[in-house]
Amino acid sequence: MQVPAPFEYQRVGSVSEAVALLDRLGDTARLVAGGHSLIPMMKLRLANFEYLIDINDLHDELGYVRVEPGLIRIGAMTRHRELLESDELAAAFPVFRDAERVIADPVVRNRGTLGGSLCQADPSEDLSAVCTTLDASCVIQGMDGERVVSMEDFHRGPYETAVGDAEILTEVRIPVRPNGSSAYEKVERRAGDWAVVSAGAAVWLDGDGLIADARVGLAAVGPNTAGIPGIADALRGRHPTEELYGRAGDIAAEACSPVTDRRGSAEYKRHLARELTVRVLRRAVARIDGQEV
Amino acid sequence: MTAVSENGHRTAFVDNDKKPCGHGRMLRKEDPRFVRGKGRYVDDLDLPGMLHLAILRSPFAHARVLSVDTTLAEAHPKVRLVVTGAMLAEKGLAWMPTLSNDVQAVLATDKVRFQGQEVAFVVAEDRYAARDALELIDVEYEPLDPVIDVRTALSPDAPVIRDDLEGKADNHCFDWETGDEAETEAVFARADVVVTEDIVYPRVHPAPMETCGAVADFDQVDGRLTLWSTTQAPHAHRTLYAIVAGLPEHKIRVISPDIGGGFGNKVPIYPGYVCAIVGSLLTGKPVKWMEDRAENLISTGFARDYVMRGEIAATRDGRILAVRTQVLADHGAFNGTAAPVKYPAGFFGVFTGSYDIEAAHCKMTAVYTNKAPGGVAYACSFRITEAVYLIERIVDCLAYELAMDPVELRMKNFIRPEQFPFRTKTGWVYDSGNYAPTMELAKELAGYDALRAEQAEKRARGELMGIGVSFFTEAVGAGPRKDMDILGLGMADGCELRVHPTGKAVVRLSVQSQGQGHETTFAQIVAEELGIPPQDIDVVHGDTDQTPFGLGTYGSRSTPVSGAAAALVARKVRDKARLIASGMLEVSVADLEWEKGSFHVAGDPEASVTIQAIAMRAHGAGDLPEGVEGGLEAQICYNPENLTYPHGAYICVVDIDPGTAKVTVRRFVAVDDCGTRINPMIIEGQVHGGLTDGVGMALMEMISFDEDGNCLSGSLMDYLIPTSLEVPDWETGFTVTPSPHHPIGAKGVGESATVGSPPAIVNAVVDALKPYGIRHADMPLTPSRVWEAMQGRPTPPI
Amino acid sequence: MQVSMTVNGEEVTREIEGRLLLVHFLRDHLRLTGTHWGCDTSNCGTCVVWLDGEPVKSCTVLAAMAGGHEVRTVEGLEQNGELDPVQRGFVECHGLQCGFCTPGMMMTARALLDRNPDPSDTEIREAISGQICRCTGYATIVRSVRWAAAEEAGTRTSLETQATSGSAS
Repeated sequence: MQVPAPFEYQRVGSVSEAVALLDRLGDTARLVAGGHSLIPMMKLRLANFEYLIDINDLHDELGYVRVEPGLIRIGAMTRHRELLESDELAAAFPVFRDAERVIADPVVRNRGTLGGSLCQADPSEDLSAVCTTLDASCVIQGMDGERVVSMEDFHRGPYETAVGDAEILTEVRIPVRPNGSSAYEKVERRAGDWAVVSAGAAVWLDGDGLIADARVGLAAVGPNTAGIPGIADALRGRHPTEELYGRAGDIAAEACSPVTDRRGSAEYKRHLARELTVRVLRRAVARIDGQEV
Repeated sequence: MTAVSENGHRTAFVDNDKKPCGHGRMLRKEDPRFVRGKGRYVDDLDLPGMLHLAILRSPFAHARVLSVDTTLAEAHPKVRLVVTGAMLAEKGLAWMPTLSNDVQAVLATDKVRFQGQEVAFVVAEDRYAARDALELIDVEYEPLDPVIDVRTALSPDAPVIRDDLEGKADNHCFDWETGDEAETEAVFARADVVVTEDIVYPRVHPAPMETCGAVADFDQVDGRLTLWSTTQAPHAHRTLYAIVAGLPEHKIRVISPDIGGGFGNKVPIYPGYVCAIVGSLLTGKPVKWMEDRAENLISTGFARDYVMRGEIAATRDGRILAVRTQVLADHGAFNGTAAPVKYPAGFFGVFTGSYDIEAAHCKMTAVYTNKAPGGVAYACSFRITEAVYLIERIVDCLAYELAMDPVELRMKNFIRPEQFPFRTKTGWVYDSGNYAPTMELAKELAGYDALRAEQAEKRARGELMGIGVSFFTEAVGAGPRKDMDILGLGMADGCELRVHPTGKAVVRLSVQSQGQGHETTFAQIVAEELGIPPQDIDVVHGDTDQTPFGLGTYGSRSTPVSGAAAALVARKVRDKARLIASGMLEVSVADLEWEKGSFHVAGDPEASVTIQAIAMRAHGAGDLPEGVEGGLEAQICYNPENLTYPHGAYICVVDIDPGTAKVTVRRFVAVDDCGTRINPMIIEGQVHGGLTDGVGMALMEMISFDEDGNCLSGSLMDYLIPTSLEVPDWETGFTVTPSPHHPIGAKGVGESATVGSPPAIVNAVVDALKPYGIRHADMPLTPSRVWEAMQGRPTPPI
Repeated sequence: MQVSMTVNGEEVTREIEGRLLLVHFLRDHLRLTGTHWGCDTSNCGTCVVWLDGEPVKSCTVLAAMAGGHEVRTVEGLEQNGELDPVQRGFVECHGLQCGFCTPGMMMTARALLDRNPDPSDTEIREAISGQICRCTGYATIVRSVRWAAAEEAGTRTSLETQATSGSAS
């Protein structure tokens, strides 16, 4: 079996300890949480570090889903299974449960974390698409305190984020707005595979049943998971109809930039961007009415 | 013989505690150790002073090796040995014979010929250090143009891969032909309908959950080599090591302990095994080599890789007249195919399938490419997977053109029961078969007519539902030895049976289990013949010092060959027991009647002796009949008279999401006929596993390469294997048509489902896509590839 | 570095490298070879053990990460010489062939039943979906887990363990 190159293992018990250690070790160190993206890469020797800082003990501090008025705060060390099983989260944002059901597999989900997923910044990563869809913001802690960045600013390119060498992602904040719902759908070649394409949608209706706002996030069709602002513009103020979903799908297909690989041709992925956008919008709107489609 | 189906597809109740004295459902004797985590696999072995070996592999598909600098690696404090191709060449060990009379580099000397080829190895104190030291070896390569596409391998300007072979000026590997070309052409010329289809069976990999590996322990004092290795054929391997390494055969002991799945992957001898032996010879310590998953996928025995053109000729009313095919076979960089030497294309010659046709012809060209060697693996019954896929796909293409129901077309053309033994147009003699009842039972279990009605309704609504049918005839249980040998070793198998004084027994086999349950099945075979309970019979296998010579487990040959050997050796013991019983009961042998477990005097059931009592007498102090030696044991070597020909009918139901093109296998009905059924539970398990292979190959598995020859499927992230969520709850049934020449009428079943299921699934997908006017699409039918097919541009796999 | 953890109820302490994978710690250092490994990328699940009561892939957990925690392996399933019902279920229903994936499958199955004593077939299939079996085709594994559930619930009466229908000549 493949084994990682030598490194020094460190364990920290608090966010401040983690930040202080990172500050001291600079870019020779890397944080490890669930490790299910990082450790395989280290075993294949695609990634090597002098120090690996284990932050699993931070789960007590950063493993939570807190529902507040107008806001849900999720700790970065919250594990996939906890996200999947959180009824509060599912009630506010069903997109999370939809996505968590198709992320990796149940055993990996016991270990992997929200923060780890976002910081891996894989263009196919599902939770990044979910957070983009929900207009989440990320709380990043460094020596000089914390800062908050939007998902758009968080991802800087494939496998690159706004988190600095001596910083740690601590929390994801998601605004809660009334009369909305959300959904997620993924096409994969096999259970547990990375997405061929996946899409999340969140829709909010006004008192007249018109679309107050709508967001779509796509994974695996660009350098990062992408929100499509044009969709919100096209949908706002209109009645949700199949025709409208189709128009949104067209915008999604147009706006994305897939590449041909073994998961599929660019053309197929563009087709899926459209198809899945239509499906998740349809389902999100139905859910506002308390229906499942 | 009639097939009587039971209602529904499930039998409701099975007595779990039933312990048959012979054939029947019986829980496995090997399971208590496995469920406790006490299996003994190669990597579980830990010998005192054991060192660990790691192999440096080529990053290039085709390159000249200019230099290998091992200085830094040798300086690593935990490294004991670094070996290069040049060092092996000095010892005459740089090349080894393959199972197809080709040669393969143990470590590259002149060139590397596929990505992942072995270049050097390190032996170190632990596996982490061995891996680290690989990074310290500096190899200078001169990259050469690779040959990746089998279709251009024979172009005049293609680089020559095998310039190690004297006078080799192209990438041609071999030509092979079967059937009668002129006769076939004549039949095609007068046929109403001719259908031609290009069909690719992509390169796939058996990928057993346990990778390949070995522990070599050479005793420098007495010159004995003990090799624990993941081999499906310990005796054949021992002989080959004797030939390769020049060690005397009686000083080599090959032990194949518990094996974590084989599927043909563990038939060949890999360079890693030889490296482990060399490592132990040079260090005087036990040396362990276990490949990682990437090494397993990129360098060990792949399967298939046939590019086929299939043609079928028929009358307008659906009478199949002839079949012919041209095949381009990709054999990789070395011809490492494991097949009987007279059968370079394995048993592909059975591509005429289950049909009574007038003529058939196949012309095949095999080529070298810059890919891993291998070819025959993954439960293929020596290329019958390819043959069955070809015929069952092309028959469906014919059904499409004739607008005929695929079951009806098959039923119309089946070889009829009275035609058996049946000689095919390519010379194979099918031993027995009764196809129609098997097909009928599958139809009944599936509810075929109702499914077709449902499909019609769904099509009207724009939904995509497909029903796929396949019917296969397998040919398993090689030899006979006069026709079939591997590197001169005849394909026969020995068996020894010893009954101890207290009536317990030990049976020793030349075949080796990789999960098939031999410790149970073979005890049951002996139990059926002798009446000794299976619990009282120990099955010994997988150790050349403890078992008689034989060719091993692959090609579904254990039951057809070794199973026959076990039954016959038990009958031999029973014959001797009869002599002893006649003495004990003081009657003549002719007056004795056998009832499972005892002899009694004809007409006097009270006057009887049990096999256990006979065993005690055989070893006891009392007199034995004149001319009878003490002891109760026997030995035989069974040379099969013919192959056995199991068959089966499979029906698959799929749904395709029209929006995403994703295929879901909703149902799968498999009716198998493997003759006499020894342990139905184990048979069902064998079938289930093969069906899952079929889903894998049909929908997701493929070893693919980019144009530079980089393998794109070197991990289980990229080489997709079905999980529990891609496969349905299998629905199985059976008919029984015994083999007339096998002592208990049994036929092999280990590979039937792997052979038979891919066409059923592909036929179902193509059937679902009928509204798109599609007649064929190549595996693997991933969502993307199905979508491309729906757009009218199916793409061949690469 | 030194690491201490509880394995199958027993406190163990060993000197290790920081990079040592938990699966190698169990197999090579503690000689608990019932836990296997089958890939490099946490896809196959033959290495599944429990970490603080949850199934994890031990090829993707560092031994150091398990320090101070509780690990349970297949060797810890049997209690007081009695096989766990999950182990018995696998034997009764032919839930294994080569036995290589079996320890991981059973650890996941045990965890599932502890949380959900009466899982549906779909729930069982989902629970084991991160673990590959190349031999059984999964159906008999599902039956095995169901057998164990029924055994524990005391409702196992005439459970089906076989599903072949057919005929003889």
